[in-house]
Amino acid sequence: MLEFTLWDILSNLLLAARWTVLLSLIAFVSGGVAGLLLLLARVSPLPPLRVAAKLFIEVFQGTPLLMQLFIVFFALPLIGIETSAWTAAAVGLTLFTAAYLAEIWRGCVEAVPKGQWEASASLAMTFAEQMRHVILPQALRIAVPPTVGFSVQVVKGTAVTSIIGFVEVTKAGTMITNATFQPFLVYGLVGLIYFALCYPLSLSAKALERKLNVAR
Amino acid sequence: MSPVKNATGRPLVKLSGIRKSFGPVEVLKGVDMAVEEGQVVAMIGRSGSGKSTLLRSINGLERIDGGVIEVDGECVDPGQIDLRALRQKVGMVFQQFNLFPHLTAGENVMLALKVVKKQDKAATRAAAEAALAKVGLGQKFDAYPSQLSGGQQQRVAIARSLAMAPKVLLCDEITSALDPELVAEVLGVVRKLAEEGMTLILVTHEMRFAREVCDRLVFMHGGRIIEQGPPAELFDRPATPELAQFIGMVEAR
Repeated sequence: MLEFTLWDILSNLLLAARWTVLLSLIAFVSGGVAGLLLLLARVSPLPPLRVAAKLFIEVFQGTPLLMQLFIVFFALPLIGIETSAWTAAAVGLTLFTAAYLAEIWRGCVEAVPKGQWEASASLAMTFAEQMRHVILPQALRIAVPPTVGFSVQVVKGTAVTSIIGFVEVTKAGTMITNATFQPFLVYGLVGLIYFALCYPLSLSAKALERKLNVAR
Repeated sequence: MSPVKNATGRPLVKLSGIRKSFGPVEVLKGVDMAVEEGQVVAMIGRSGSGKSTLLRSINGLERIDGGVIEVDGECVDPGQIDLRALRQKVGMVFQQFNLFPHLTAGENVMLALKVVKKQDKAATRAAAEAALAKVGLGQKFDAYPSQLSGGQQQRVAIARSLAMAPKVLLCDEITSALDPELVAEVLGVVRKLAEEGMTLILVTHEMRFAREVCDRLVFMHGGRIIEQGPPAELFDRPATPELAQFIGMVEAR
């Protein structure tokens, strides 16, 4: 019978962890860009834009990530768009991340005092100019810690993509377990890998929070 | 050169039939008012009389429900969405200063010159220096708002408005958030502006200042202007019991 050493198991998990990291990065960066656009729509002076953004956010916050991935993975081919597990995972996580980041950032924008809007409006600045020069620079300060904190959720969210067949570290763990029959060891290692990815992010979120509070 | 007051006879600011409700409460019940170029007008009245709402409607911070606002040829009615042209002609100074805390005093003044007026770097810098010098803060160009006293912050806010070269400056209780010893430096700046012929509309509780500096007092009560005229006349011979009572109240303080 074939024997697996600890190193065999670990090295294969680490190779799969690359895809976890890459998927997290893609979801976070593209979700951040989409989230910014969503935020601008959410706080814009135009009611239809506000409503559409709110609806998008409510839908993605009010349904499980798993279901969102299923819909992207199974529904897109029905309307003629071929999707690989990769694309479905990236698109699904991007939309999920965008919705949450937009809502986190909206809180930060609304924490900027109303007088800042009034003063910049009185200087004849447009909505875009107000956001760019007055509101966002102030919102950014308070947004950094919760944003970094949310990146932990994104990393952990990638685990769900294993269900649609995307081979990241959790899926790799399942496959290795099927070969080695050592679930406790394998999933223990998977857990440690997630912890090693997420803990530094949590720590830096806390550090940033402390730093920005002092600077205030 | 001393300004010639009321030279044109044509009002610079003309409000006709201004109405505004907050929910079921009508706070402005059809207000008419005209301010000529170079005039200094103070709006007085109890809190809740509508004076701040009226002032804020002049640059569109409060959207009106009825009537027409006209400033130097710019007409604004309730349907108007683009207020940019109007706001370039109307400056506003707030009770809470509302300086941009992430920018220095100089940057506060330069921001709108740069992004709204699209002036080049040298011109904005020169205009900002001149505006700050005018309020006596020429040396504070690089100071952040948090490093300035309340009075200094309010003077920067005045400079920020003035740099945009507005036709009229609105002042919404600009000394109410200040410690008593800081009030005089801000009023001094306003007094100087008045002497230079700036058109000013103030909401104020500083009755002595209003009496000394203003050409006209406007007394608001219950969402209407019920009395207006030269300060001395209003103070000494109030025609309505409401104004008489109001004067009695503020003088008893």
